[in-house]
Amino acid sequence: MEMVVCIKQVPMVSELPWDPATGTLKRDLAEGMMNPACRHALEAALQLKARHGGRITALTMGPPMAEEVLRQALALGADQGFLISDPAMAGSDTFVTSFILATAVKKYCPNFDLVLCGCYTTDSETAQVGPQLAEELDLPAAAFVEEIAKKKNCLIVKRLSDGFIETLEMDLPGLVTVSTRHYAPRYFSLAGIEDAFPDAAPIRTLSAVDLGLERGSIGVQASPTRIVNVYTSRTEKQNVILRGAPKQIVEELLDRFGDRIGGAMGKDIEK
Amino acid sequence: MKQKLEIWVFGDYRNYFQNRVTLQLIGKAVELAKEIKATVCAVVIGHELDEWIGEYIAHGARRVYVVEDPVLKEYDAATYAFLTARLAEVHKPDILLVGATSFGREFAPRVAKRLKTGLTADCVGLAIDQDSLLVQTAPSFGGNLLADIVTPKQRPQMATVRPGIFREIPHNYEAKGKIIRMPLPIDLSSRRLRLRKSERQPHQSKKLEDAAIVICSGRGIGSRKKFNNLYELAGLTDAEVGATRPLVYAGWAGHDSLVGQAGKIIRPKILFSFGVSGAIQHTAAVNDAEFIIAVNKNPKATMMKMADVAIVADAGQVCSALIRELKKRIR
Ligand SMILES: Cc1cc2nc3c(=O)[nH]c(=O)nc-3n(C[C@H](O)[C@H](O)[C@H](O)COP(=O)(O)OP(=O)(O)OC[C@H]3O[C@@H](n4cnc5c(N)ncnc54)[C@H](O)[C@@H]3O)c2cc1C
Repeated sequence: MEMVVCIKQVPMVSELPWDPATGTLKRDLAEGMMNPACRHALEAALQLKARHGGRITALTMGPPMAEEVLRQALALGADQGFLISDPAMAGSDTFVTSFILATAVKKYCPNFDLVLCGCYTTDSETAQVGPQLAEELDLPAAAFVEEIAKKKNCLIVKRLSDGFIETLEMDLPGLVTVSTRHYAPRYFSLAGIEDAFPDAAPIRTLSAVDLGLERGSIGVQASPTRIVNVYTSRTEKQNVILRGAPKQIVEELLDRFGDRIGGAMGKDIEK
Repeated sequence: MKQKLEIWVFGDYRNYFQNRVTLQLIGKAVELAKEIKATVCAVVIGHELDEWIGEYIAHGARRVYVVEDPVLKEYDAATYAFLTARLAEVHKPDILLVGATSFGREFAPRVAKRLKTGLTADCVGLAIDQDSLLVQTAPSFGGNLLADIVTPKQRPQMATVRPGIFREIPHNYEAKGKIIRMPLPIDLSSRRLRLRKSERQPHQSKKLEDAAIVICSGRGIGSRKKFNNLYELAGLTDAEVGATRPLVYAGWAGHDSLVGQAGKIIRPKILFSFGVSGAIQHTAAVNDAEFIIAVNKNPKATMMKMADVAIVADAGQVCSALIRELKKRIR
């Protein structure tokens, strides 16, 4: 099976590199990481490859440092990688991103059977690129997929959708976006990545020119959406502020608001 | 003369009784429509739709576009997107709103792609600006910031919204609406994606959503042990325990206890919030709590500013003290 896995490098959001054992931030880790759902998509592809053979192409669009996630994909078992990187692409929204990815797939992996994407990214969570890529490539598609099996020329996919457990049969070529529930990603050591491909990693960088994309069709200017304002959300109320020793705080809390709390519980709290 | 603008709301009726997002969006659309003098319309696709058409009119839609056929019986994102895009090409709505259900999140991007227009996911606010553009407010940069996004040129302006963000307006079964039917434009009986089996997920308890008291914890609780103490407090107060995403990722709490955009929306009478900073993805889901008691070392945390009672102290210590004090006082 010929597979393309679309991977995004996302910033290490504060909550992720947190060590649950010690409660501290894992600051030693690099600043970008492979988006978790994309790791699950890659894992799904690796399992399909192990069972049915084939090749995996990892595809990412991003700044030059995004090459890192391709190296990780290669270290895990992908066969080749494409880094789509061009300053002219900066600021592309999902509409344009899916167009660029589709252009690369058509040009460099035209014989694919399956495209796999993470169902969403931790940095924006729009979940839009996968379904839009399916439109661009005119493919049948299933989003938020949890299990994938190949049966003859079809895929059988399972997913949870709005409280329904669905089993779907999809013709190939097709596209799936993979959820973070089922395909627990295999471990790789960061140190091993460089060693896996010392000099000639099978990674190619593609620019807008390589893809035959005109400037007017990519980046901010081609994106239908515009960000007009960014600000912090402020919701301040006139509130009661309690400070001091925990015991005193708690006494004051129950003295003043015990009725209210007790009311919600359906029990009495003594004053 | 220029035709009257239309605001469309996609009719996502599959879980009508549990998930009111379509009605909430119609409610919002009615508000927006006043500012641009638009007509609020619903789009309903499927089979045997009379009940939903009636509900949407009763809740504020003045016009309903309907595509009804037995082959449309099952929800199918590609087919529904194709039909919605067809309808939109003919009737040219100014705005199209979609509930961010699993289905909506797959369907809306496909419609946007077909119509070559923009789409903003998971909006927490919608408003009309001085140029009559739809300002779509969405969390950005990991939730610490809000971004106002517009689609200046392409139409329709599209947004998805999670359930629980807006309020539905009460029904009025006397209300009248116009129904416009579109026949199937092509044969849709053969599909490249076929639903083989669909069964309802075993009943999920709605405990968090329905609880009168919720004790929600964030990373500031400090350790797994202290987090587990919250269950004792919950036992005393008949409360349910919720958690922020870092705790769920760490495995301290199950995904079922996630409170926020990616989890449950709660509206308890009392919310205890321990060591939660108040990122928008979390606060969007607790806005409707009637009374918030927040504990945080940092008085400037957003959660503290939202709170009715802001306790500046260590979360774990306050939890222990509260357990002790309640044991004495509860009768
Ligand atoms: C696309 C997307 C979707 C998301 N969806 C969700 C979601 O559904 N739900 C969700 O919760 N998050 C979600 N998040 C994550 C969200 O952005 C925040 O990262 C998260 O809510 C923060 O959790 P927190 O408040 O526990 O941790 P932090 O932000 O780290 O806050 C910890 C707080 O504890 C306080 N503190 C520290 N020590 C103590 C102490 N000893 N005593 C008292 N207080 C202390 C600190 O002052 C701080 O305010 C999402 C993020 C993204 C990008």
